[in-house]
Amino acid sequence: MKRREFLQKGAIAVAGVAIATSGAAAVSYAAPWTAGLKAFSEHEGETLLKMAREIFPHDRLADSYYIKVVHDLDQEAQTTPASAQLMHDGITQLDAGGARKFAARSSAEQVAGLKRIETTPFFQKVRGIELVSLYNNPAVWKRFGYPGASYPFGGYLHHGFNDLKWLPDPPASASPKAS
Amino acid sequence: MARFDPGDDSVVVIIGSGAGGGTLANELTQKGLKVVLLEAGQRQSSATFHNDEWFAFNQLAWLDKRTTSGSWRVAKDFPNLPAWICKTVGGTTVHWAGASLRLQEHEFKAKTTYSNITGANLLDWPIGLADLAPYYAKAEDKMGVTRTNDIPGLPGNNNFKVMYNGATRVGYKTVHTGRMAINSRPRDDRSSCWQLGFCFQGCKSGAKWSTLYTEIPKAEATGKLDLRPQSQALQILADKNGKATGVLYADANGQHNVQKARIVCVACNSIESPRLLLNSATSTYSSGLANSSGQVGKNYMRHTTGSVFAIFKKPVHMYRGTVMAGIIQDESGLDTSRGFAGGFEMETISLGLPFTAAFLNPGAWGRDYAGMLDQHNNMAGMWIVGEDMPQERNAVTLNPTEKDQFGLPIPNVHYDDHPNDLAMRAYGYKRGAAVYDAVGAIRTIETPPYPSTHNLGTCRMSESPRDGVCNKWGQSHDLKNLFISDGSQFTTSAGENPTLTIVTLAIRQADYIAGECAKKNL
Repeated sequence: MKRREFLQKGAIAVAGVAIATSGAAAVSYAAPWTAGLKAFSEHEGETLLKMAREIFPHDRLADSYYIKVVHDLDQEAQTTPASAQLMHDGITQLDAGGARKFAARSSAEQVAGLKRIETTPFFQKVRGIELVSLYNNPAVWKRFGYPGASYPFGGYLHHGFNDLKWLPDPPASASPKAS
Repeated sequence: MARFDPGDDSVVVIIGSGAGGGTLANELTQKGLKVVLLEAGQRQSSATFHNDEWFAFNQLAWLDKRTTSGSWRVAKDFPNLPAWICKTVGGTTVHWAGASLRLQEHEFKAKTTYSNITGANLLDWPIGLADLAPYYAKAEDKMGVTRTNDIPGLPGNNNFKVMYNGATRVGYKTVHTGRMAINSRPRDDRSSCWQLGFCFQGCKSGAKWSTLYTEIPKAEATGKLDLRPQSQALQILADKNGKATGVLYADANGQHNVQKARIVCVACNSIESPRLLLNSATSTYSSGLANSSGQVGKNYMRHTTGSVFAIFKKPVHMYRGTVMAGIIQDESGLDTSRGFAGGFEMETISLGLPFTAAFLNPGAWGRDYAGMLDQHNNMAGMWIVGEDMPQERNAVTLNPTEKDQFGLPIPNVHYDDHPNDLAMRAYGYKRGAAVYDAVGAIRTIETPPYPSTHNLGTCRMSESPRDGVCNKWGQSHDLKNLFISDGSQFTTSAGENPTLTIVTLAIRQADYIAGECAKKNL
């Protein structure tokens, strides 16, 4: 798994993780969302969900987008035993860092708890996978107004590549009209 | 397409099919020489490219593990990905943005011009602008560079509109949509630009010049090109008399093959080219091939870079249209009163949401960072690209312990920022922010360098064989039928995007090789 090797420190994560996983949709409405997790307990799932929200907090995004992140973490844990151990241990460490378990703490306390572990391989692993899982999700793009591929509609030449109106247009010498 | 026998020692073997190797292959086959072109990656096409940042990255980038060391931030942010370059037919011309600028006269004479800068291993190029001017003209025509050959400039997008207004308000004068190897109108059987916004992911309109669909098919049409994709060179073979005799490579099935050669040309980009030479060491060439100077792998340069992104109250949609949609050139000249030697260009850059999240501030998290990403549609961006100082300790070396899938040592890339680089970057950030502040930015962000796309200097040209690896033709000082044909020839980095100069050197080198062959010198 050469791709996983350069995931080190979470700097670059792999799109395949995000693309390959869509297990979340299969869960029945009656069961808690964590019922679909294979590698994590309900408590671990809830903890990772809170963690994912605090790493990249977007008020415009409902929990469902972060639940997908937890499913991608679950996928990683299922396929890579070392990652599973890293995350089990990391969650235990997070819980041990305060009077209440991590998921029961206030947002500010959660941020402080994550700040204390931000250089650990556990944090880097979660952040790296979330970076791709969250921001490479077309459903998230829609919430951000990012259209993704432009080829299907022929690019922006006739779809607003130069439609900015709050500044004057440069002269033709600097920016010729499209020919 | 031609198929040459592995034992045919009349062929020129070119390793790497990007700006240098792909161009050289076409030029040589047009002159009637037989060429075997080895390319480590697969062949894609405009039809197989994806407007998807992560997908394209995994499809096109060179992802074999590398290690890093040194004070540069890339070593911290991307410890196993020092460079963002390609393993695919067409090499990094598939990924490049298209900016095509000539080097300036004084940049060929860095040692003379900048005098002695402590810690910098400066050297003058053995050639000057006058030597390259006629070849620059050929390259610009070949690549269809806008604002040359009566080709109009590209229309500016929103990102450029922001840059232009900010730049002119702070007093910059030379601001336009650049000299780009992207068709502003149909040319050379290729479409004009659709303003797709995915230049880095492989151009699906074919408007952007890439050897993949220009030089290589033209070379194939001559019947003289034997292109072998998924063929990674492992070692260049040489006899005891200073002559390269062939190339050992692994094919798509991992089988080892030897292709005999009359001439070997190395064009694997500035990390793999020196690595290949170092991995070709034998008892006769104990420090690596073409390395009597000890300079193979040394003087690694990657340009002084950084980006400035700015957030505005109103939408910009920077990702609509060409990525490098415009340029400010006022800072590119020689002016040491700024506190550093060398100059830099300021060029628009844009990233989609996935890569903005990955690169805006690698490693960052939390509400402030997420809040910036919330403003993605209201962002404008520019990239600073300037001359960096060659330093002998900045080097591509063989990792002493880690091996690749073929059992060969992987490369380590060491880079320490020179004080001159740091001063230029700090100044560039300040000027970039000033441009955006002038048009009402509510926040500007200093984005650290990405993994390097401009990798230069590791087999540099020199007048004296003591100072460098190759002569003014790219011919190695040690083995006369071994050529360096990529950006690793650069004696110094200059401040311009290097592709046009790599293509120019390849056209010139082809003339020299063909001439020497005709004279029976090779």
